[in-house]
Amino acid sequence: MKGEKKKRIIKIIKIDVDKCTGCRACELICSAFHAAPRYSSNNPARSRIRVIHEPLRDIYIPVYAGDYAAAECTARDKYTIDGKEYEECAFCRASCPSREIFKEPDSGLPLKCDMCESDPPLIEPMCVQWCLDDALTYEEREEEGEEEEKIEEIEIGLESLANKHGWQKIMDIVARMSKKG
Amino acid sequence: MRFAETGFNLEVDLTRGNIEREATDPKLTALYLGGLGTNAKILWDRVPPEVEPFSPDNLLIFSTGLLVGTPAVGCNRTIVSTFSPQTLLMAYSMMGGFWAPELKYAGYDKLIIHGKSPDLVYLWINNDKVEIRDASHLQGKGATETAELIRQELKEPKAQVASIGLAGENRVYFASIEQGRSSASRGGIGAVMGDKGLKAIAVRGTNDVNIARPDEFIELCNEALEYIKVRRENPIPGVMPILAGLGSPQEMAIHDEKWHTENFAWGNSRHRRKGFWNEEIEKQWTDTMENYRTRLISCHNCPMKCGATISIPGFPTYMMKCFSKLTYAMAAMSDLEFGLRIAQSATEYGMDGFTAPQVMAFALELYEAGILTDKDMPGMPSDNEGRFYWLLDKIVRREGIGDVLANGTYWAAKEIGNGAEEYAHNNIKKHEQLPLKLGMLNPIYFLMYSTGEKINITQIEGNFPQAPFATREEREEFVKDWIQVPDEKFKKWFLDWELRGENSIPYYPTVEATCEIVDWQEKMHYIDDATGMCAGLSSFPLKPPYHIHNLPTLISAATGMDLDESGLTQIAKRIRNLVRAVNIRRGMRRKDEKPPEDHWKKRFPELETKLLDEYYKFKGWNEQGIPTRESLHELGLDYVSEDFLQRGILTDVEGSPSEKASTEK
Ligand code: SF4
Ligand code: SF4
Ligand code: SF4
Repeated sequence: MKGEKKKRIIKIIKIDVDKCTGCRACELICSAFHAAPRYSSNNPARSRIRVIHEPLRDIYIPVYAGDYAAAECTARDKYTIDGKEYEECAFCRASCPSREIFKEPDSGLPLKCDMCESDPPLIEPMCVQWCLDDALTYEEREEEGEEEEKIEEIEIGLESLANKHGWQKIMDIVARMSKKG
Repeated sequence: MRFAETGFNLEVDLTRGNIEREATDPKLTALYLGGLGTNAKILWDRVPPEVEPFSPDNLLIFSTGLLVGTPAVGCNRTIVSTFSPQTLLMAYSMMGGFWAPELKYAGYDKLIIHGKSPDLVYLWINNDKVEIRDASHLQGKGATETAELIRQELKEPKAQVASIGLAGENRVYFASIEQGRSSASRGGIGAVMGDKGLKAIAVRGTNDVNIARPDEFIELCNEALEYIKVRRENPIPGVMPILAGLGSPQEMAIHDEKWHTENFAWGNSRHRRKGFWNEEIEKQWTDTMENYRTRLISCHNCPMKCGATISIPGFPTYMMKCFSKLTYAMAAMSDLEFGLRIAQSATEYGMDGFTAPQVMAFALELYEAGILTDKDMPGMPSDNEGRFYWLLDKIVRREGIGDVLANGTYWAAKEIGNGAEEYAHNNIKKHEQLPLKLGMLNPIYFLMYSTGEKINITQIEGNFPQAPFATREEREEFVKDWIQVPDEKFKKWFLDWELRGENSIPYYPTVEATCEIVDWQEKMHYIDDATGMCAGLSSFPLKPPYHIHNLPTLISAATGMDLDESGLTQIAKRIRNLVRAVNIRRGMRRKDEKPPEDHWKKRFPELETKLLDEYYKFKGWNEQGIPTRESLHELGLDYVSEDFLQRGILTDVEGSPSEKASTEK
């Protein structure tokens, strides 16, 4: 499979920050959609989209959870918008050890936007459907490219746990728990 | 597991510095839902009628509504309940925004404050960690400023903060509680918070809210969203733009203010200015708004964006919504530019945008009339706008005449005497009302004004049109897709309602129909105030997405409760009667149930008596407006009638046989 040329669908969520009203419906519905069973609970702190908002500075920026970063990066970004400086990493998409955002609040496991992958597929991702003000809109495009091997969510989760606690400890716990079970 | 609610209240005793997390009884949810319903129950049980608003024994309850924090679109209300220093009755002001959902995610349905802190403090609720923290460095700081400072010192930009400004600290009777884009401003609840020595409450929560029947529930939410889209595309024809759509009146978005400026009264709710709105003013006011309004903003999980960020060069940015856009401008006989500027100061001070401007206009009227003199107003500037700023400052600081005015027009007029009472003319139950003076008595509004326990008309307007449509064709068009009516007879009443002639106000809708219309509108508000649904998507506008036919399933799917229309109606009735009982126990009677004397030019004393008589009967209340033993029994509120009997509020003679009650004791 690897290396083969393949048509693939690129999914794009366009973000128009000028249209955002700060309602956070996107956060709410994302967390509800990803609850198990679906919609059985909700909690914006589990959402894979976060609206960075500073109302008094008129800043409303929806940011999507991107890849998991095993370690803090040394190359930081620092934005100035309308003459106002933002904290380092303010708009970064990574789930990263240096901060709380894009992690499950209880387990600390990383969160990543999966474009609401589901079977059957949705017409549009949930956050887009619930954003009635078109701050979020959806587009698909076909591209030729190389198919990457997909890493399972569980693998990403395990890796992040290992980075936090060390492989040995995880193995010990797994061994202990499987004995119990 | 509890669904939609957390099953826990947070009890904070500020006298002892004690903090407890208390499990709640699910039976209470079944009887009173949550929000206003359970607040009223707590106030009934725990605050006897002798307790003064500024007593440590008064409670200040911040409640989430039952469905707040779920994906139910527009469900985000914080229902604040306490006893008002101004009306001495129950106050239940509410705010939208983001505070209540955050409290629920932190794991609590309510925050119940008792006692009084000797020093100014603030509360920091971070999931299960709750601290009372020193706020001496925040003394005198503005409400919005305070929220920012707290977020910074906690290093928690996501914390939601409800705070008071100087007005609350100084116990101004019309002080508000502010929360970014929203505020709970009626009834002087900010003064109670100040009296408790509580400057602010910061909350951050990261827990789940659970749903009982997820698939069914989310479908109803999606339906609501779809209906909102439909209503966006289809404003209701034939009514003013602010009444044609959903949400709170879209004051931040709409520029055409002809209706407000020409129909509402200016100054101390005195002057109608017909012909005020012309092209020049329209251009000027539109420019003002467009220049200063940086963005339209929404509350938690709602697409209606009724609020706005206002940035005036040289002033700190603040947020505004609704009719406070015009209250200062009109009270000061000025323009929008002035209105938006002074509202910035008033928001930081934390004041009710309805009452504050009226109190100032009232003071200036007294001054013009010579009842207040230069001796009372030393150093007051000579121009109207300067005077408003001067008065605002005096009131908030309670300096000189400001100390008197800070109690609102009713109490100030009493203290000033010398004929001042005539000038406190726009109150119901001692509380200032919308500056609205009209011609012909409207029977529906007569009853809503007189008997509404919220003591605030904008909050009890409802799903039945405010005025008849001119032609039968328009009316027929309107009722075609009027799915929200509880019963077909409401359509008939509306169809037959004419602008003139036999079927017009004040005698039509008939007394009987009027009772039903008022009851329906009120019922929807009581449901919203218990679930935390914004009235703007439910009980307030014409043809809202939520109504009596879908709310029972929505609540049921979220909570798992068994609920149908009649069950929900019964609960709403129970809450409504309990709120009334709380106020009856504090002395409210028929004599208090009247609109401002001059609200309508043409009054009809006989008809009004009949309306009140019949409405009381309809509601199961006696001729004093007191719920009878039978109706209390029917609602499972026997504990109320027992209390009433004991206090002599009800007697055995009035009620039905008393044996049962006395054997129960
Ligand atoms: S749903 Fe849309 S408007 Fe609301 S916060 Fe998210 S991006 Fe902004
Ligand atoms: S696309 Fe789906 S997973 Fe990604 S943020 Fe939106 S709702 Fe969440
Ligand atoms: S309708 Fe308006 S006031 Fe109500 S919740 Fe939505 S944005 Fe807030």
